[in-house]
Amino acid sequence: MKKTLILGALTLAGLAATAASAATVDDVKARGKLNCGVTTGLVGFAAPDANGVWEGFDVGVCRAVAAAVLGDGNAVEFVPTTGKTRFTALASGEIDMLARNTTWTFSRDVDLKFEFTGVNYYDGQGFMVPKALGVSSAKDLDGATVCIQTGTTTELNLADFFRANNISYEPVPIETNAEAQQQYLAGACDVYTTDASGLAATRATFEAPGDHVLLPEIISKEPLGPLVRHGDNNWGDIVRWTFNALVTAEELGVTSANLAEMSAGSNNPEINRLLGTEGNLGEMLGLSADWAKNAIGVAGNYGEIFDANIGEATSIGLSRGLNAQWKDGGLMYSPPFR
Amino acid sequence: MTTLTDPPKSTFRVSQLIYDTRYRSLTFQVIAFILLSVAIGYLAKNLGANLRDQGLSISFGFLGVPAGYDINQRLIEYTSQSTNLRAAFVGILNTLLVAFLACATATVFGVVAGVLRLSNNWLVSKLMAFYVEIFRNIPVLIWIIIIFTIMTAVMPSPREFRGDDATASMFLGISAFTNRGIYIPMPYFENGFGGSVDWLIVIASLIGSFFATRFMSKRASAIQEATGVRPATLASNLAIWFVPLIVLSLVMGLTFEIPALKGFNFGGGIKVGGPLIAIWFALSIYTGAFIAENVRAGILAVSKGQTEAASALGLRPRRVMSLVILPQALRVIIPPLISNYLNITKNSSLAILVGYADVTATLGGITLNQTGRAIECVLLLMLFYLVVSLLISAVINVYNNAIKLKER
Repeated sequence: MKKTLILGALTLAGLAATAASAATVDDVKARGKLNCGVTTGLVGFAAPDANGVWEGFDVGVCRAVAAAVLGDGNAVEFVPTTGKTRFTALASGEIDMLARNTTWTFSRDVDLKFEFTGVNYYDGQGFMVPKALGVSSAKDLDGATVCIQTGTTTELNLADFFRANNISYEPVPIETNAEAQQQYLAGACDVYTTDASGLAATRATFEAPGDHVLLPEIISKEPLGPLVRHGDNNWGDIVRWTFNALVTAEELGVTSANLAEMSAGSNNPEINRLLGTEGNLGEMLGLSADWAKNAIGVAGNYGEIFDANIGEATSIGLSRGLNAQWKDGGLMYSPPFR
Repeated sequence: MTTLTDPPKSTFRVSQLIYDTRYRSLTFQVIAFILLSVAIGYLAKNLGANLRDQGLSISFGFLGVPAGYDINQRLIEYTSQSTNLRAAFVGILNTLLVAFLACATATVFGVVAGVLRLSNNWLVSKLMAFYVEIFRNIPVLIWIIIIFTIMTAVMPSPREFRGDDATASMFLGISAFTNRGIYIPMPYFENGFGGSVDWLIVIASLIGSFFATRFMSKRASAIQEATGVRPATLASNLAIWFVPLIVLSLVMGLTFEIPALKGFNFGGGIKVGGPLIAIWFALSIYTGAFIAENVRAGILAVSKGQTEAASALGLRPRRVMSLVILPQALRVIIPPLISNYLNITKNSSLAILVGYADVTATLGGITLNQTGRAIECVLLLMLFYLVVSLLISAVINVYNNAIKLKER
């Protein structure tokens, strides 16, 4: 019987892995809802507000894709995923896309067979310590206890950083951001490390954010972006170009305020192509002509989404930095809509 | 079956397969086996096809690749450059450690609570009933979180030990109770032979003492058989246990390394990590409640007549318990105890919840996650838990066979 047990479990795993072979876009349209994987709650990036409505920077991407495909930015089923469950959820087809500040890495792209459709936030791993500790550099952290979210690239970067600097540390692996926050605030770990944006977002929720400092060292490159499964290129294109539409809209000065006016037709052909009054880009994607207009209509262009959720005016207070438009010295650069 | 006067001579008909009780069970077993094989074959084929569709292949090559992450509690040498296989072994040892510790303490909790619940003292028995009911009826997951949260929130952090106006102080000046764990003095030998050799000598001396005391009790029994008087063995046994240890510690220079604040944490001494304590305590106290009920059932299963008969023979109450009641009660207690031990082992997989690096956390958590080899990792995990569970059952079954009612 023991053999059958193993086989039974094997087959269960196989059954769970029934490939979502049909075109994802058809599934989404038939369902009338986009299943979008987000974090279990990281203020500014993806977290439900007081009314239970999901909002945030990553949520903005989900809503834009939903609007592009279904014409309704609210037709999204948000699926909270942890660092551990996110890839299984995407690979098994439980979610159509993952927008969960996920780092684009070689092995995730190639070995795990996912397709990263762009970078919506250029990030790097940082450290947060209580001000009272008097630490000014990550290299002073010899012997410190470090809280990390398990199942993320931060875990590996951390090991590399401490090994490269020949200093020791004690890792405390934590499953979710909320738990890590609790451990850190109770003093069970000296340092909390994750992406610098995540640290800023976490710190913003503290009672006394001023008592904690982010160390200057950024120890890794963390290009965060939405991703989909390998193998459905059309769906990958839709997600990629929806995001590009948001970036291009900012570049071309299309905002939620002037969207209606612009979509009546302008004398800039690229805006016309983007908003569907000229050319047939929407048709090429298999979407309606006003797909990009719908996507931008949800919460505005990339810059507007950034400012509303994590920008300097918010409690998280991140500056655009690397995430500014290429014209302003940042890395946000969308290929042309042509 | 009625006896047939004229049995039919080898006239086998197909309908006999169903209507003849000699063949019926066999027929159904064959049918069930075929159906099961077909079902398994279908599912296996489906699995293979799906894996191929997703471009996945089962491969255990990732086990030899450097893991790249660090583990906070390791019983064997491990760095972030060690392989995933070694990380899995670190996890396995951590699982076995917490399972062993929790089994031992759960048994103690369970036996104490089970016996006390039968106490004639109303307050004691009700208190134990309260313990059993409250711990048995709340999921162990919640207990783990409650205990860990209380530990981290209530105990002082190492920071609070620092400075002149420290808000926390070390216990007796030698141990520190912090929310990262408990730091206790570490014994070591100043002029020993270095490292593990010293401890091997100590263990050898303990084993020697064990056999020596057994020999002494046997001799005492032999004298008792011959003369009817049992010589006192307590003093000699104590001497056998302690004299070699004292001599050893004097010769090799036993000293203690006292933990002290170093940098961010306490350094030196032995650290028992907070996660280990939380998961250990939670599993023990939760499963202890179940074991308490087993113990109570076992004792109640021995009829009162046994106690009365033993008393009538002139045995004192303690001897009645140890010679008459307990050996019989054990027969009832042991079988369910096996499943409690298995539960502890399997429930220890919740350890990642408090950041304890058991095998589910290393192989089934970080390794799985960083390599993306979910099916392989889960298969290995299943294999491990299966083997451990079967081993525990086997060992306790051996014990059970030794104490069960011998029918002749």
